[in-house]
Amino acid sequence: MLRAAWRNLLARKLRLLLSTFAIVLGVGFVAGTSVFTATLGNSFDAIVDASVGEVVVRPQTDGDPQGGGFDARTLSGDLVDKLAAADGAVRADGNLAVEGVFVVDPDGQVVGGQGPPGIGLNFNEAPNAAGEVPGSLSGGRAPEGPDEIALDVGTAERAGYSIGDSVPLVTASTRSQLETELVGTYEFSAGLNGATLTFFGTDAMQKIFFDGNDVYTDIWVTGAEGTSPEELRDTVAAGLPADVEALTGDDVAQEQKDAIGQVLQFINIFLYVFVVVALVVGSFLIVNTFSILVAQRARELALLRALGASRRQVRRLVLLEAFVIALVGSTIGIGVGFGIAGGIKAIFGAIGLDLSESPLVFTATTLLWSYGVGIGVTMVAAYLPARRAAKVAPVEALRDGVAMPETTIRRRLIVGIALTALGAGTIAAGLIGEGGRAALLVGIGILAVLLGVALSSPVIGRPLLALLRVVYRRTFGTIGQLSADNALRNPRRTAATASALMIGLALVATMSVLGQSSKASIDKIIATNFAADLVVSNAIGQPFSPSIADDVAAVNGVQQVAPFRYAPGTVEGREDFIAATDPDAFADMITLNLRDGSLGDFTGGTALVEEQRADDEGIAVGDTLTLRLPKGEQDVDVAGIYEQNPAVGVPYLFTLDEFVSGGLRPQDNFVFVSLAAGATFETVEADVDEAVAGIPLVSVKDQAAYAEEQRAPIDQLLYIIYALLALAIVIAVLGIVNTLALSVIERTREVGLLRAIGMQRCQLRRMVRLESVAIAVLGAVLGVVMGVIFGVVLQQAIADQGIEVLQIPWLQLAVFVVVAALVGVLAAVLPARRAARLDVLTAIGTE
Amino acid sequence: MAQDTTAVVQTESRHGGGAAASARNLTKVYGSGQTEVRALDDVSVDFWRGQFTAVMGRSGSGKSTLMHCMAALDTATSGTVQVGDTDLAGLSDKKLTALRRDQVGFVFQAFNLVPTLTAHENITLPLSIAGRKADQDWYDTVITAVGLGDRLGHKPTELSGGQQQRVACARALMSRPAIVFADEPTGNLDSAASDEVLGFLRRSVEEFDQTIVMVTHDPTSAAWTDRVIFLADGTVVDELLDPTADAVLEKMRA
Repeated sequence: MLRAAWRNLLARKLRLLLSTFAIVLGVGFVAGTSVFTATLGNSFDAIVDASVGEVVVRPQTDGDPQGGGFDARTLSGDLVDKLAAADGAVRADGNLAVEGVFVVDPDGQVVGGQGPPGIGLNFNEAPNAAGEVPGSLSGGRAPEGPDEIALDVGTAERAGYSIGDSVPLVTASTRSQLETELVGTYEFSAGLNGATLTFFGTDAMQKIFFDGNDVYTDIWVTGAEGTSPEELRDTVAAGLPADVEALTGDDVAQEQKDAIGQVLQFINIFLYVFVVVALVVGSFLIVNTFSILVAQRARELALLRALGASRRQVRRLVLLEAFVIALVGSTIGIGVGFGIAGGIKAIFGAIGLDLSESPLVFTATTLLWSYGVGIGVTMVAAYLPARRAAKVAPVEALRDGVAMPETTIRRRLIVGIALTALGAGTIAAGLIGEGGRAALLVGIGILAVLLGVALSSPVIGRPLLALLRVVYRRTFGTIGQLSADNALRNPRRTAATASALMIGLALVATMSVLGQSSKASIDKIIATNFAADLVVSNAIGQPFSPSIADDVAAVNGVQQVAPFRYAPGTVEGREDFIAATDPDAFADMITLNLRDGSLGDFTGGTALVEEQRADDEGIAVGDTLTLRLPKGEQDVDVAGIYEQNPAVGVPYLFTLDEFVSGGLRPQDNFVFVSLAAGATFETVEADVDEAVAGIPLVSVKDQAAYAEEQRAPIDQLLYIIYALLALAIVIAVLGIVNTLALSVIERTREVGLLRAIGMQRCQLRRMVRLESVAIAVLGAVLGVVMGVIFGVVLQQAIADQGIEVLQIPWLQLAVFVVVAALVGVLAAVLPARRAARLDVLTAIGTE
Repeated sequence: MAQDTTAVVQTESRHGGGAAASARNLTKVYGSGQTEVRALDDVSVDFWRGQFTAVMGRSGSGKSTLMHCMAALDTATSGTVQVGDTDLAGLSDKKLTALRRDQVGFVFQAFNLVPTLTAHENITLPLSIAGRKADQDWYDTVITAVGLGDRLGHKPTELSGGQQQRVACARALMSRPAIVFADEPTGNLDSAASDEVLGFLRRSVEEFDQTIVMVTHDPTSAAWTDRVIFLADGTVVDELLDPTADAVLEKMRA
């Protein structure tokens, strides 16, 4: 039996190649994603591990490190000497770290700043938890003087600065611009993932960022040989002030890894969605291929049965073949996965997450997943055809025209409808719920609906193909009619083939409906809620120096400015992202409708609450909220309840006073600007532009430009999604090639007949091509229809979360269908050539 | 009666219409060297206009190869073939295909019809492939003759074997070809259905002056024709005019 299986595999190389390719692509994506996420995780782990001391002393966080870059608290310089003298300690080093320090290149552009942080540090040689200095100078000397800096090598290279050059910096501190001299380059022991490191002398840094106070953001304590980090921590902790804590480096590292892991999880989930899509689409191809392989060999299998093979043996034969194909496909797929991982790395590199210093990581998990998924999916996909193969009666071997026993379409339809209904229910359940679990439910529901529709598509697709037949007949005459008839001939196979494209396009269409709606919503939100004349902001919301607001306010013709900042905070015991603004100027900038209370009462020490949150928590005007920020708790009175407003986007709006007194760094995310009566818009805009010209981190926009800037990331996201879904399309094309190749083989005699009675080669090619286009268009139309439905449902469900406008990009959707038709033409090239090359006589003579 | 195996069979058409198709010194060789097979060896033959000719011979005698070469389905190794006024030598695949479509009609033993098309659509298929409309009068005439009036809207699977072959015959006649080649058209049929098909072919010769060449190994079928040509080992070995089944059988035994 083993030898029979092996022979069969070799005898059908082309078909084999196609089905193997489906597995290779599917597994390639699994392996690629797995390798990439491992690489990503490892690179951050390496950074974190290198950047913690043996024992870290820092302001008390209550195990809530969320405030990282927002925390303005510091430790007194005296503490360093005290800690160095502690029992078991060899040395203690005071560290300074601030975020939002970026280099401006000679062209006036910010280097990096598209996501990865810009960190300012004091230069010291403190050993980390591993007992090593985490990095060293690779050129020049350490910065000392007030204007001297060292840069990490990567940033210096990207910016094009060498030692001795003067380097302009922008910072998020009160000193928004610095003019410095590059005196050294620094090599970090791990990769930096695109981050910028700028080193200052300790004194210089205290002067620039901490008003000249002798303070540190944290202190690393290094123990003597034989002292464990835990012992050292306990010794050190005993002598600390009340609001200061000591942790082992391992604990801090773990805490940071967890925090990073939460962010990375989004990327991973995002990537794994595509893995699922690739696998589902790939499974269709695999099932189809095996059905075809089995159908072609029905007679041969019947002969085996006639010769005495049991049903079980026949089934095993088919499954064994599947196993071998799966093994080979998965192995190649893992190799391909590395290429895909490299591709994803490049894509992420292009949007700022530079992983060029992190080699791809290969783990046992990757291996397990890849083989598990590749072999599992293939075996499941091959099981149904294998079972069907075993049902071939031995007597069939002696008959002409063996037909595989097929389950009725009716049963399929019932299962399909049931699955669709189940999926719809799951989506509904997900939409009612909240959080990650709800999103997962929606995802699973969508998948179930797609599979249900795919199962029912032999029936659903019929009227569509019949319509296409009429169009074809009108346009292409008999050739067109024959093509459509051929597509209708085996509705199950046509539908299964089209399903791959359907799933891919359904997701693409869903995303483009949501994307288009988001963009339209942004326009509407900005048009209805923004009263400000100008906005100063950064494209990705990087915080910037509060001095910018002052600079802008000083411009002639500017009436008021309202800084707007976001930070994490805990309100009434619940962690949230909250916002703060200048209560006096703010009312002129954002149109906020109050359900209760008055904007006039919104002053220092008060807050506004969004109505949904107020209802959920039972908050009313006059209540007192407990706000906890890094420095501790404070009481804030509720001045008003506002109607849900996407321009604010957070449930609580405080005043700048609470943020500053709460120990948050003074950093703005937006500065809204209103013009004085009688001021000329163009003049003022030009002057404001001039005022922030030295800080390329931010730009000045009018409403239209601001809307444009807010829309841009959506387009970027859509492009990435389209690029990833192109993979599903590739698999779909392979499916069409496969099906057509089989159809041509099956219809060899018919092809011979048509050629004999006078059909030209080019007409035959056109016939195959049109059949291919019919399959592709069927898949595309079903997919686009499904996508629009999903898009509309999702938009309605999240309408109150900022996507309130529904806009369907009809033109774009039409383009998708046209592209699908072209894909059909492409897929038909080889099968059509094969059909046209058939020798007429051989074809007629084929049994 | 020509007994010389290499001689040209020169029986005149009773209608005096000249040759609808002819071959001169036609040779077809498959393979080369040790495996060389001469399927046709210097065959010269004329199929006269308005005549019903049967080509007979044992399996491997070359009768099918002769038909394929003369019907522009296969190309000769040497020698010439003329169909109507056209010399097939050196024609491109495109021209040969057009010639089959316009000048030649085909009836095969089995699988004559496109299963997705109705009988009517099958009959007009060569015309619609060429982008032409059927001549309604001619269509009606053929349909009446073939006797399929009420079955035209049916798909091939809904027709009996005899009906399918008659549809194929009607299709072969539709483009008024110079010559119709029928390859064992009754091979899969019972005797009643055979008679219907052969009767129709006979009538098209009588009534429409159609030229028909039929490859067969059944003497009873051959008896419906005007003339029988016998092939053996790739050459024409004998000829019989106005054959009867017995006469054919006798020749075959000889």
